[in-house]
Amino acid sequence: PPRALVINDPDFQHEDLNFLSRSQRYEQAIRKSSLMVLKLREYGITDPDEIYWFKSFVHRGRPEPLDLHLGMFLPTLLTQATPEQQDRFFMPAWNLEIIGTYAQTEMGHGTHLRGLETTATYDPATQEFILNSPTVTSIKWWPGGLGKTSNHAIVLAQLYTQGQCKGLHAFIVPIRQLGTHEPLPGITVGDIGPKFGYDEMDNGYLKMDNFRIPRENMLMKYAQVEPDGTYVKPLSDKLTYGTMVFIRSLIVGDSARSLSRACTIAIRYSAVRHQSELKPGEPEPQILDYQTQQYKLFPLLATAYAFHFVGAYIKDTYHRISGDIHEGDLSELPELHALTAGLKAFTSWTANAGIEECRMACGGHGYSRCSGIPDIYVTFTPSCTYEGENTVMMLQTARFLVKSYTQVSSGQQVTGMVSYLNDLSRQRIQPQHVAARSVAVRINDPVSLVEAYKARAARLVEAAAKNLQAELNHRKSKEDAWNRTSVDLVRASEAHCHYVIVKLFTAKLAEISNAAVRAVLTELCLLYALYGISKNTGDFLQAGILTDAQITQVNQRVKELLAIIRPNAVALVDSFDFHDVHLGSVLGRYDGNVYENMFEWAKKSPLNKTEVHESFHKHLKPMQSKL
Amino acid sequence: HPQVQGSLLGSVNPDLASERQTASFSVEKLTAWLDGGTEHTRLRRAVVEAIECDPVFSRENQYFESQNERYEAAVRKAVHLQKKMDEMGWTENGPEFKALSGDLAFLLHRIFTRSISMLGSDQQIAKWIPLATQYQLIGSYAQTELGHGTYLQGLETTAVFDITTQEFVLNTPNISAMKWWPGDMGRSATHTVVFAQLYVNGKCYGLHPFIVQIRSLQDHSLCPGITAGDIGPKMNFEHIDNGYLMLQNVRVPRENMLSKFCEVQPDGTYVRRGSQKINYFTMTTVRISLILDEVVIPLMKACTIAIRYSVVRRQSKLKPGEQEAKILDYQTQQEKLLPQLAAAYAFYFISDYLQELFDRGYREIQRKNFDMLPELHAFSSGFKAMVTQYSTSAVEICLRACGGHGYSLLSGLPSLYTKIVASCIYEGENTILFLQTARFLIKCFMAASTGQPVPPSVTYLAAVTPEKCPAKNKLDFLSPDIYTEAYQHMAARLINSTAAKLQDLVQSGVKKHDAWNQCTVQLAQAAKAHCHYITVKNFAETVEKLETQPGIQKIMKHLCDLFALHGIFSNAGVFLHDGYISGAQMDMVTASYLDLLAVIRKDAVPLVDAFDFTDKTLNSALGSYDGQVYQRLYEWAQKSPTNKQISPAYERYLKPLLHKTLSKL
Repeated sequence: PPRALVINDPDFQHEDLNFLSRSQRYEQAIRKSSLMVLKLREYGITDPDEIYWFKSFVHRGRPEPLDLHLGMFLPTLLTQATPEQQDRFFMPAWNLEIIGTYAQTEMGHGTHLRGLETTATYDPATQEFILNSPTVTSIKWWPGGLGKTSNHAIVLAQLYTQGQCKGLHAFIVPIRQLGTHEPLPGITVGDIGPKFGYDEMDNGYLKMDNFRIPRENMLMKYAQVEPDGTYVKPLSDKLTYGTMVFIRSLIVGDSARSLSRACTIAIRYSAVRHQSELKPGEPEPQILDYQTQQYKLFPLLATAYAFHFVGAYIKDTYHRISGDIHEGDLSELPELHALTAGLKAFTSWTANAGIEECRMACGGHGYSRCSGIPDIYVTFTPSCTYEGENTVMMLQTARFLVKSYTQVSSGQQVTGMVSYLNDLSRQRIQPQHVAARSVAVRINDPVSLVEAYKARAARLVEAAAKNLQAELNHRKSKEDAWNRTSVDLVRASEAHCHYVIVKLFTAKLAEISNAAVRAVLTELCLLYALYGISKNTGDFLQAGILTDAQITQVNQRVKELLAIIRPNAVALVDSFDFHDVHLGSVLGRYDGNVYENMFEWAKKSPLNKTEVHESFHKHLKPMQSKL
Repeated sequence: HPQVQGSLLGSVNPDLASERQTASFSVEKLTAWLDGGTEHTRLRRAVVEAIECDPVFSRENQYFESQNERYEAAVRKAVHLQKKMDEMGWTENGPEFKALSGDLAFLLHRIFTRSISMLGSDQQIAKWIPLATQYQLIGSYAQTELGHGTYLQGLETTAVFDITTQEFVLNTPNISAMKWWPGDMGRSATHTVVFAQLYVNGKCYGLHPFIVQIRSLQDHSLCPGITAGDIGPKMNFEHIDNGYLMLQNVRVPRENMLSKFCEVQPDGTYVRRGSQKINYFTMTTVRISLILDEVVIPLMKACTIAIRYSVVRRQSKLKPGEQEAKILDYQTQQEKLLPQLAAAYAFYFISDYLQELFDRGYREIQRKNFDMLPELHAFSSGFKAMVTQYSTSAVEICLRACGGHGYSLLSGLPSLYTKIVASCIYEGENTILFLQTARFLIKCFMAASTGQPVPPSVTYLAAVTPEKCPAKNKLDFLSPDIYTEAYQHMAARLINSTAAKLQDLVQSGVKKHDAWNQCTVQLAQAAKAHCHYITVKNFAETVEKLETQPGIQKIMKHLCDLFALHGIFSNAGVFLHDGYISGAQMDMVTASYLDLLAVIRKDAVPLVDAFDFTDKTLNSALGSYDGQVYQRLYEWAQKSPTNKQISPAYERYLKPLLHKTLSKL
């Protein structure tokens, strides 16, 4: 169905969410999700991409309580359940008699999965697993849809059989009574309370006390526990990489989308808002005409475009090699895995800060919920933490970089995005290499700037690897040395990711056939690359990649580009094509009628429901009469 | 929070207890020094105690309440406070007031009162102040409009003098002129000071303040010609009824224009008396006082929460076979949090510095000497902008350093963040404030380079410094002289080069205002660099004065070094740019900086303990003194209304969905 039909469907209308309490927001979300499932069936939509778009129109890009059921519970059944288990669980779950969630994170552990404490102990006498939450820290905490919605959960627990721990495995655990929805005996379940955002999501806790499930409820497509308790190992543990790559690629796409939404709002509003004077005697200019405002917003606009291309690249690469993965060829996975970890962190950090900059660029009105940016921010910011805490992600990328560097040092060649490291060994023969190369950078040529970023990444990877080696030479343990170098390692990963993004953006330009579009995107690409240099001048100067004079030119060129992009700024955000309902912002409306609509919006505030607030009769009046 | 039987709450988590045993200094002595003496500490604690044991001021349910409930609680607390002030003899500016950490209504009532005292004539003060102090009326202060904020000349509300009735007629000529944002105005206020463009006989005399009644004193209904209400939910301040106000031919008597400095006489003659400059002074006062109360204190709280949590949270292993490591033992976690802790101390000291500068300025002003005003104005603007911007990002770093749990409202961090972030906008948008400081600096630079006298704080602009940093090894960078000079050089260079660029543009025929706009990015950067330099310099001087307390001096010296080196490390480009610091020296800076992290790590918990926040003040499941993080999270979550009340969602939607009867909806 066309987007307008879904957006305008009377079943999906409700009061502005900003005026509802958490309970009311949860209720609205559940109501819409229920109807959405029916309509998906009605329209016969089964393609995952189409479901994704349908869902995002129904929920206006916001989280909802069935997210984990649709996005994790069902897919996990498909990929990890045996045919017998699929028979038992899949259709009931598809028909929503079973609503499930994915319970991995615990109060005490998140990204560090090996530290999870929940246990599943096999009892051969009854052929059951006994699930336990042995400590407060082992209580499952955060899973979406767990608090109030789900009646089943896929629980990740340390498997014990025949007295041995076999590591983390997944189990299907019923948690609520079908029919009454009451928690089952041995299960303590509830909502974890209010959060920064995600108001409509019932993130939950789950505590299990000697809760028994049949042997057949362990997901056994790969690892198995036989009736007598014999453990059968899975064939490869790299398979889980595939899922992680996929989810992290979604976050890169989400970084691009969230930042694009914030840019759309801030840039449209900056074209509507007039303030102060630029020239004496003239009318107040649009605030988008101030250099400082352009300097806040246009680099972020360029970043949003850059991240779109990066997100598409990872998704394509994943799809390209997922055929190989099915065939059992996992050779390309490690690099892709390392790259997506870093890019997930890089893009989510940048977008997180960028959204806030957009909001602050809207001044006081950005602070009102009616701007829509507070909501984008609080919904987006947890992606710096979930699916892998960003610093840990950067260090994973660093591990791959150091490994590649070591390979190169021992005379091997490396391939892919890290192949620039091959040059390092060649340069080592000529110690004066860098200074000689610096003049070569042409600041108006994206291809040349890619080379500059490459040189910076190479230098920082090398520096981190050398510092790591120096720590090791001080007879530090491997782990100590790694920890004492980790700030350097994160910097190296960041530089590597930055290089990859500039490279991908530049490569994209050649694919654009329309000359006018290519011209404006080339300007954005230059701005992205040059702004990145001007924010990290230290790296480029210290490595001798650019001279003082060139840095001055870069700073000057950035300001020229701001003025060049200015006439196209609104068109560039209009191209993101967000529907007003989806944008959810009074400041960012397509028609720009900001002030009238702010007033209309405010009138609906809960405090305005009555002309005289009850607090007047309860508190103010008695006080006045007493004083 | 009541203890549950068998609860661990109250007994200190051993992971936190061990941190306190190895402090290199006396926490109590540091607290006393920060307070300005043991007597101050004693007094402050007594006040906090008196307030926290009063159940009306409890914030236990704060995270679970709706906007309506928060507003009601704020009004209830403000009314109770009034009663308590009368009983206990507390004063408006006393320490009691500061001990109340939020959720109070009538803050704008105080601004209303203050503005009448400062801008009103003696008769006006005599008439209105007693009414306000006895709460016979509730005031607000309406300046900002929908269409204009920091740029005051752009405000559009009009007040036209009607000579026949001796009244002013106030109007909101169009929608963007509607007053928007004033606190206490949405629901509570009966009166407000309205800023409007004054017209007499068709001539505009600019902005003036008028006292306007907006609600009935009997039944609180809106007065004729008034449209007012709440502007709706915001990122924070749910308890405050920020309001809108529309005026349609609202008439107030001639006597309602606040007339200490300007007056319209009965015949329509406009009279100005005294100096307008003093108006600056009000803004200066507010900006300086907000730095400590609204910015540095929240930053200290965020550091306390994040650092305590980081020694309780154990994750992954640093050495095989050992227990999981405290996350604060990871270099990356130290690099996130310890520079923010150093910044909290640095800004605490800069707020002292500004207060002293202000006191000196105030004494001069009382002697009718206004010479210090430009400097005071420039400093309060620049430091307000730098400290709010820096601290906002610092609090956000603390929030994200707590991983998933930081995202829970129960951590206390989201509300600290959303509160502090507002300070980047109110009392002057930061970019504009930086540019005001830059204007002052450029002026001083021009004056200094032609040998004219400038205020002592900016004489460095004309000083001759070495071309190269003299440091020879990484230890040299622990010398305050070395790094202070580097900052001074960098700030002077940025101001100097921006001034040159401005001059070039003007000489090449670009108009002055165009040239200014083309340099604003650089100008803002230069102003920030100046404030950063003064902050480092002031920190170093504060440490120097501590020689009688060697234990504290040592740890403060480490923090000062960290603050300075972190700034060089994160802004390496501007120090490298003209070769003042070489590439090899930058490696030394990095090495010294990273070494310091490990040194300060050992005292991290004592350094936040010294801020001496009570658990109730912090109101955080992650940051309590006893470190029983997980137990507290679990117990607090039980209190969530989502767990106590039955949601209609199950019966209405989930059940039909699960039972396939949804089509009947």
